[in-house]
Amino acid sequence: MASTNKIDKIKKGNTSVTNAEAKVEEKEYSTLNLGPTHPATHGIFQNILKMDGEIIVEAESTVGYIHRAFEKIAEHRNYYQITTLTDRLNYCSSPINNMGWHMAVEKLFNIEVPKRAQYLRVIIMELSRIADHLICNSVIGVDTGALTVYFYIFKLRERIYEIFEEICGARLTTNIGRVGGIERDFSPKVWAILDVFMKELPAALKEFENLLVRNRIFMDRTIGCGPISAEKALQYSFTGPNLRAAGVDYDVRVMNPYSSYEEFDFIVPVGTNGDTYDRFMVREEEMWQSLSIIQQAIAKVKKEPAGIFHADVPDFFLPPKEEVYNNMEALIYHFKIVMGEINIPKGEIYHAVEGGNGELGFYIISDGGRTPYRMHIRRPCFIYYQAYTEMIKGAFLSDAILTMSSMNVIAGELDA
Amino acid sequence: MDKETLLKTVEEKLKAQFGDGLLSSELLVDYPVFTLRRDIICDVVKFLYNDEELSFQFLTTLAGLHYPDNKGQELGVMYQIHSLTKNYRIRLKVFFSISDPNVPSITPVFKGANWMERQEFDFFGIVFKGHPNLKRILNVDDLGYHPMRKEYPLEDGTREDKDDKMFGR
Repeated sequence: MASTNKIDKIKKGNTSVTNAEAKVEEKEYSTLNLGPTHPATHGIFQNILKMDGEIIVEAESTVGYIHRAFEKIAEHRNYYQITTLTDRLNYCSSPINNMGWHMAVEKLFNIEVPKRAQYLRVIIMELSRIADHLICNSVIGVDTGALTVYFYIFKLRERIYEIFEEICGARLTTNIGRVGGIERDFSPKVWAILDVFMKELPAALKEFENLLVRNRIFMDRTIGCGPISAEKALQYSFTGPNLRAAGVDYDVRVMNPYSSYEEFDFIVPVGTNGDTYDRFMVREEEMWQSLSIIQQAIAKVKKEPAGIFHADVPDFFLPPKEEVYNNMEALIYHFKIVMGEINIPKGEIYHAVEGGNGELGFYIISDGGRTPYRMHIRRPCFIYYQAYTEMIKGAFLSDAILTMSSMNVIAGELDA
Repeated sequence: MDKETLLKTVEEKLKAQFGDGLLSSELLVDYPVFTLRRDIICDVVKFLYNDEELSFQFLTTLAGLHYPDNKGQELGVMYQIHSLTKNYRIRLKVFFSISDPNVPSITPVFKGANWMERQEFDFFGIVFKGHPNLKRILNVDDLGYHPMRKEYPLEDGTREDKDDKMFGR
């Protein structure tokens, strides 16, 4: 295109093409279609890159490849049926999404969850935060060419999924917990494997860090790669580890505590440059903090009276199955909850939790109907991914891949 | 500052600055909510951003709303802004007619509003004036309608094998 302009000018008899102009016009860019199903992008993302050799000049991202209209579906489903939709947002940490939804609905229904159930929820949420960060950090390793760490650490992630399986029967899309508490108490086996996990985690995490943190190749590759300043990150409404890596200590667990997080003692790690290495280190430290939170939660659970795992709200919490078959009242409650005939208060609430990627918020408008009148999800991925094109401008193509994996962009949460 | 004082403080500041631009204010559960005239929304956001005492400098989210029964006020937008230094959170709302779905864009104040506004344009057909790149984001470009509006059913209307009458809304 550029060269035709020059020829046109010359043809028209306008020979005043300066040397500098000619130099610029000689440059030709190539277009590279990165995605939607490129093996180096973790999920279905498309970025159309304008390349100057190996350097990205301009980028445009296309999203929506796995859009499933959750907000529309939610307007047609009972509150308890929407939990399964939230599983499929950030599927690396489904339990946090589930719990966030339950807590949002509890806020609408005005349900106070007993302390023990809150601590059990904290255990589940922190376990899934560790699982989320493990995936993200090991994938940063993969994208820098260090495949070994990925294999090593997945053994640990498997342990976490075993715990989830023991609690709720599912591994990835967990649908864990219920409005009012969690669906069943932790079995002795859960406590046993949780105990094993807590003993295994520090050593495995240490090994993981030994392989990467002071690894010269890894450091050279990640330091200064895809940085974002704190001001820009705030402008783009970043949250979670990506914002903290830029140096802003915003954590929903501290700022607006939920599920008794105010009783726990933990620090909020922050970075300085907001680059890939900082994001990696923030997630790494957060795992140690999660470990400490789980230890505190286990100690707290032991002090509470045993056997309590949900609030006493028969209107909203499904009765045990044997009761349903043998007790008239339980059968009525069961029927009413399943058919959505419970009295749902009118109202408008917003509840946010600190998800794997940042502030995951649920905005519900209820008009008293069996389904929400409007449900909106604040999806951290969707909001911070828009800065991606700006972050990779002027970077190498391989750095763009690394930036994306270190931002932990999850297609499910991006497209909802 | 507790929620009620926050509600009063912001209300007074907005009244002093914008007069009758502030239509109503109330406390909904734990959120002070302010309903505003739509043409001043960007100015209000900018004013609250620059206010030294409040400094609402973080956009949490924004969402489109559709109330088909409110004649002349069918569509709306909800904004949630957050003051990270003071930990205040408030919600702003604007409502307008579906036949004239225009509202000033807040992208001059918050860059992050870009995709959020594109999303609400995509789903509700709300036109954000002054937006740098207002086109569909999650749906296909030639969808032809705005699916989150209440008149569009969840299921494909031409199908007879699926009946949502018993369940759902």
